[in-house]
Amino acid sequence: MKRVAIVGVGHSKFGVRRDVNLPELGFEAAKPAFEDANLTPKDIDFLSVGTAGGWYEEFLPAVVVSEYLGLSGKGLVRCEAACASGSAAVATAFHTIASGQSDVAMAVGIEKMSEVDTLTGVELIGRAGYYTWEFHNFGMTFPGYYALHATQHMKKYGTTEKQLAEVAVKNHKYGAMNPNAHLQRAIQIDDVLSSRMVAWPLKLYDCCPMSDGAAALILASEEKAKSLTDSPVWIEAIGMSSDTANVSKRVEYASLLATVIASKNAFKKANVGPDQIDVADVHDCFTIAELLAYEDLGFCKKGEAGKMIDEGQTEIGGKIPVNVDGGLKAKGHPIGATGVSMMVGLTRQLRKQAGKVQAPIKNGLALAHNVGGTGHYCYVTILRS
Amino acid sequence: MALSPPVTRLKSRPITFIFEIPTERLVEFWNGLEKGKVYASKCSKCGRITFPPVADCSRCLTSGFEWVDIQGEGTIETFTHIVIRPPSFQSHPTYTVAVAKMDSGVKVLAWLTGIKLGDAKVGARVKLAATKSEEGPTYGFTLIK
Repeated sequence: MKRVAIVGVGHSKFGVRRDVNLPELGFEAAKPAFEDANLTPKDIDFLSVGTAGGWYEEFLPAVVVSEYLGLSGKGLVRCEAACASGSAAVATAFHTIASGQSDVAMAVGIEKMSEVDTLTGVELIGRAGYYTWEFHNFGMTFPGYYALHATQHMKKYGTTEKQLAEVAVKNHKYGAMNPNAHLQRAIQIDDVLSSRMVAWPLKLYDCCPMSDGAAALILASEEKAKSLTDSPVWIEAIGMSSDTANVSKRVEYASLLATVIASKNAFKKANVGPDQIDVADVHDCFTIAELLAYEDLGFCKKGEAGKMIDEGQTEIGGKIPVNVDGGLKAKGHPIGATGVSMMVGLTRQLRKQAGKVQAPIKNGLALAHNVGGTGHYCYVTILRS
Repeated sequence: MALSPPVTRLKSRPITFIFEIPTERLVEFWNGLEKGKVYASKCSKCGRITFPPVADCSRCLTSGFEWVDIQGEGTIETFTHIVIRPPSFQSHPTYTVAVAKMDSGVKVLAWLTGIKLGDAKVGARVKLAATKSEEGPTYGFTLIK
């Protein structure tokens, strides 16, 4: 398998973007990626577009984005892995280069969630499980699914609502420093604890916003990358896993098994361990999801995620800085964009271009953990400078 | 004369989806609810009991199965109270969704009804039974006092 490097990154402003349509939003992320790589659309062999879709007007979004970026004629695919669609698009572009099918490939993650009203969004994403058995009769919602995980984690390990709130406070602190973030303001513990109940025990500020946004990566083969840049960031390993559609068929709820399997797989392929990672983005669609990730990725022992957030071990200066771009919680979660957005931020970290939120880089290793659904899909991508 | 605001958005043509989901192979499950049964499928070859039921066994790839009633007692593994509800559930007040492991071994996700919100607990014992709602036959949990 050929080595694959990230040679260009681009990111749109995340938020409620009623000022742009779908392909214009894609362009906003792709243009800086082309400029960063010093390439033009004609240099791209293959485009993968990560998007879940359903809440915007286009049925073939990849085709619309591709035409707008001047990439018609190139190899093209749309990737869907729910909230991990972005990582699936990166993995797909990666595989075309690793296998020798292309030299330069682009992955665009994109979502536009504000073209429908919020409750229509709730109706759609509540079906992100098994419609027939969990939505049709029982009206599951997406926060409801993660609430099932939170309830068992709290019971099993004594995790508290205050510890969940600490995750939101941390990620908002960093989101306030990210000019591309949807929610650029710091919040306090009480703001979270006093916010309205969504699905007990998760309150409004335990939940990420529904956002519009796009992010883009340009990937290149080793030979090509070395001709383009002195600071390639290598995609060292991608671990992939999945779990049952029916949440009732899961072994347990205080852990996402797909994260455990995908991360073990990624660490093994990269021949590194969780304690060697300098900086990570984990999938904090809800505050509980970030705590589950600490444990499932091996950043701490089972049951100790609450302690880890209490001690500030995942802030800059702690054991492992996590979500210092604001995470899904404050940066926003345009679901198809998220995995690509994580890797844009981590590439900047490994290039030491992260400004105010630069984490100390000792081993030159970063990790992106992207979950689709409630652990239905998981992609763990390890980057190396 | 007031000026019209500039048009900055195009309203799409509306579209409504109502999916017709085939239930033919599992029709006895839905008939069973009417008769007061909650059926899981039991593979006729390897004997695996699956809930929700399946017409095809993913373990031994056999398509023959029989029905077994899984009503009885179980223990709550986790639960939530759904406060912000989808539009298609707006007519229901806040509802409680629980996952319980039945004493027979299968897990079931369903509503836990007839409780005050504080009464739901991980580890609480519940009874699973076929029920009827205004929307038709279904199944759910009640707490065992």
